[in-house]
Amino acid sequence: MTKATDTLIEEPILEIRNLQTSFFTDKFEVKAVDGVNFAVPKGKTLGIVGESGSGKSITSLSILRLIQNPGKVKGGEVIFKGENLLDKTEAQMRQIRGNEISMIFQEPMTSLNPVYTVGQQISESFQIHQKMSKKEAMLRSVEMLKLVGIPSPERRVKQYPHELSGGMRQRVMIAMALACDPELLIADEPTTALDVTIQAQILELMKDLQNRLGMSIIMITHDLGVVAETCDYVAVMYMGKVVEYAAVKDLFKHPKHPYTVGLLNSLPRHDIDLEDEELQVIKGSVPSPADMPKGCRFAPRCPFASEICRERLPDLEESEDGNQIRCWIYTDEWDGEPEVNVNGERTS
Amino acid sequence: MLTFIVRRLLQTIPVIIGVTILTFSLMHLIPGDPAQIMAGESASPEQIELMRERLGLNDPLPIQYFDYLKGIIQGDLGNSIRSGREVSGEIALRLGNTVELAFYSTVLSVFIGLIAGVISAVRRYTFIDTFVMIIALFGLSMPAFWLGLMLIRYVAINSDLFAASGWGTWSQMVLPIITLGTAGAAIIARMTRSSMLEVIDQDYIRTARAKGVKEQVVVYRHALKNALIPVVTVVGLQFGSLLGGAVITESVFAINGIGRLIVDSIRSRDFPIVQGGILVLSVLFVVVNIIVDIAYRYLNKRIDLN
Ligand SMILES: Nc1ncnc2c1ncn2[C@@H]1O[C@H](COP(=O)(O)OP(=O)(O)O)[C@@H](O)[C@H]1O
Ligand code: SF4
Ligand SMILES: [Mg+2]
Repeated sequence: MTKATDTLIEEPILEIRNLQTSFFTDKFEVKAVDGVNFAVPKGKTLGIVGESGSGKSITSLSILRLIQNPGKVKGGEVIFKGENLLDKTEAQMRQIRGNEISMIFQEPMTSLNPVYTVGQQISESFQIHQKMSKKEAMLRSVEMLKLVGIPSPERRVKQYPHELSGGMRQRVMIAMALACDPELLIADEPTTALDVTIQAQILELMKDLQNRLGMSIIMITHDLGVVAETCDYVAVMYMGKVVEYAAVKDLFKHPKHPYTVGLLNSLPRHDIDLEDEELQVIKGSVPSPADMPKGCRFAPRCPFASEICRERLPDLEESEDGNQIRCWIYTDEWDGEPEVNVNGERTS
Repeated sequence: MLTFIVRRLLQTIPVIIGVTILTFSLMHLIPGDPAQIMAGESASPEQIELMRERLGLNDPLPIQYFDYLKGIIQGDLGNSIRSGREVSGEIALRLGNTVELAFYSTVLSVFIGLIAGVISAVRRYTFIDTFVMIIALFGLSMPAFWLGLMLIRYVAINSDLFAASGWGTWSQMVLPIITLGTAGAAIIARMTRSSMLEVIDQDYIRTARAKGVKEQVVVYRHALKNALIPVVTVVGLQFGSLLGGAVITESVFAINGIGRLIVDSIRSRDFPIVQGGILVLSVLFVVVNIIVDIAYRYLNKRIDLN
């Protein structure tokens, strides 16, 4: 199996190798994250895309070791600045959380504590990681609110979450996450719960802050549109595995994995007339973890699936352009149609 | 907040009026002729008629009620049949003991209940959780009189540290407080546990952890404050029902409080005292509930103030 770093000129700030996280229910084990590999280059944005349930959130929570019972990170490595986070003690992890690696979540409505003011919640980061006094921390919180573009921050800082709109709350979350100037920001569907105009504003803000502060970002989304706008690299996940890892420009121009192609085809396109083009969706739905396919996880839904696909799981292999792909079509062992045009009508 | 308090106070007026109507009716609901009862078994018809006149029992009911209300407002709850002393004085004499008993019992239930509930929730589905919850179930199912008697039988009698009766010194107070506080502790423990379990899975708890907050701080600062909101109401109701529960505990431990006064007065058919005692306990209950409501409102800033 190749390492994600091989393809990248930039040095990665974070590299994940064969990460495995499972949930142990009464009867069986749900492999939510099943051998995930990817790298996040310094100062760049890696997108993680995939349908709901593909393991994106669990992957990101595993990085910060925030998986709660009955879940457990079973194996693999999470190399952050050269050190494996899975070997750290809980106290060491606390030093990293919110300080070197921060996270923002999908649900701005419920991700802030309702009984503390916005200021108290941002201040907490300063107090924990920079040992600031309450007063000092509150002043810095006002500055953070200013940084994320919240008007009249002196007033807002004293308000409770319920007094703020969803977009405002997500800005507060971003302010909180960036308080201690983290090197890596993990954003788990930061705009999914927001309406379209607010979405664009929040993405704009994140890009702007990245340019100013220089942090790396993992942008988790199920929206390839968001990836196109914000990411440099992208890892496509399906059923707990990365199926394709590529530079964003390559992925959109030459998607290789049939699943990626399916995702792209289900995107509304602006370059062709929508009226005579039916929006295509991937047929079928994600199988339940209980009946995990034995071979390629995507085989039951893949239009190209052949004998070998149903029998054996393909590895994540590097292709000639330096990107990575997990599909039998791109191997010597491929036993299906010799000339498969996976990319179909999308390549012109 | 101020308008809320004022409105809440105004809302209690009909409740208090309702209570007075009930206690007033008590006089007329008891079997037999109140004048006969008050004048005593051996009274002559003339004496009874005199008593009837004195009590205003010949007036129409609404007039009687308004006289009763007027008396209450002036602090006049009538006179004890047995001793002839003013009911208000008899009650004032004992109110302190009862309130003290209810208050300390509440403090004990809150203290034990919160600790047990939090421990249970943090260790959910472990042996400790199961153990604490079984104890709580016992605490909840034990009748106060039985627990009181057991404490007297097995603790007070075997130890010089605790007295079996009376009120005032700590050695007298500990066992009644335990007796009265146990059920409350159990209720609060169960309530806190379920409330904590609900809160601990919330997104904002994950946010706190992602910030690098210590697990203890997550539990006590981020989770408990939210989990407490529903518990506060229970605590208030608890205190109210403890005033009632005090009746039993005071009888078992021979504490000179309102509860025991009421029981004794029922036995001796001293109805003005029963009436006054119930009225005072009810008003106290209402007042405590207002305080709880205000505290709840204060804690629960999420609710809009209108
Ligand atoms: N608490 C849990 N208990 C059991 N299984 C879980 C739990 N949380 C997540 N999973 C499993 O992990 C899979 C991946 O979840 P998740 O990472 O949240 O998906 P995504 O973020 O890509 O939508 C889910 O399909 C589910 O089967
Ligand atoms: S390995 Fe086979 S089933 Fe899986 S994506 Fe490739 S072609 Fe489809
Ligand atoms: Mg998710």
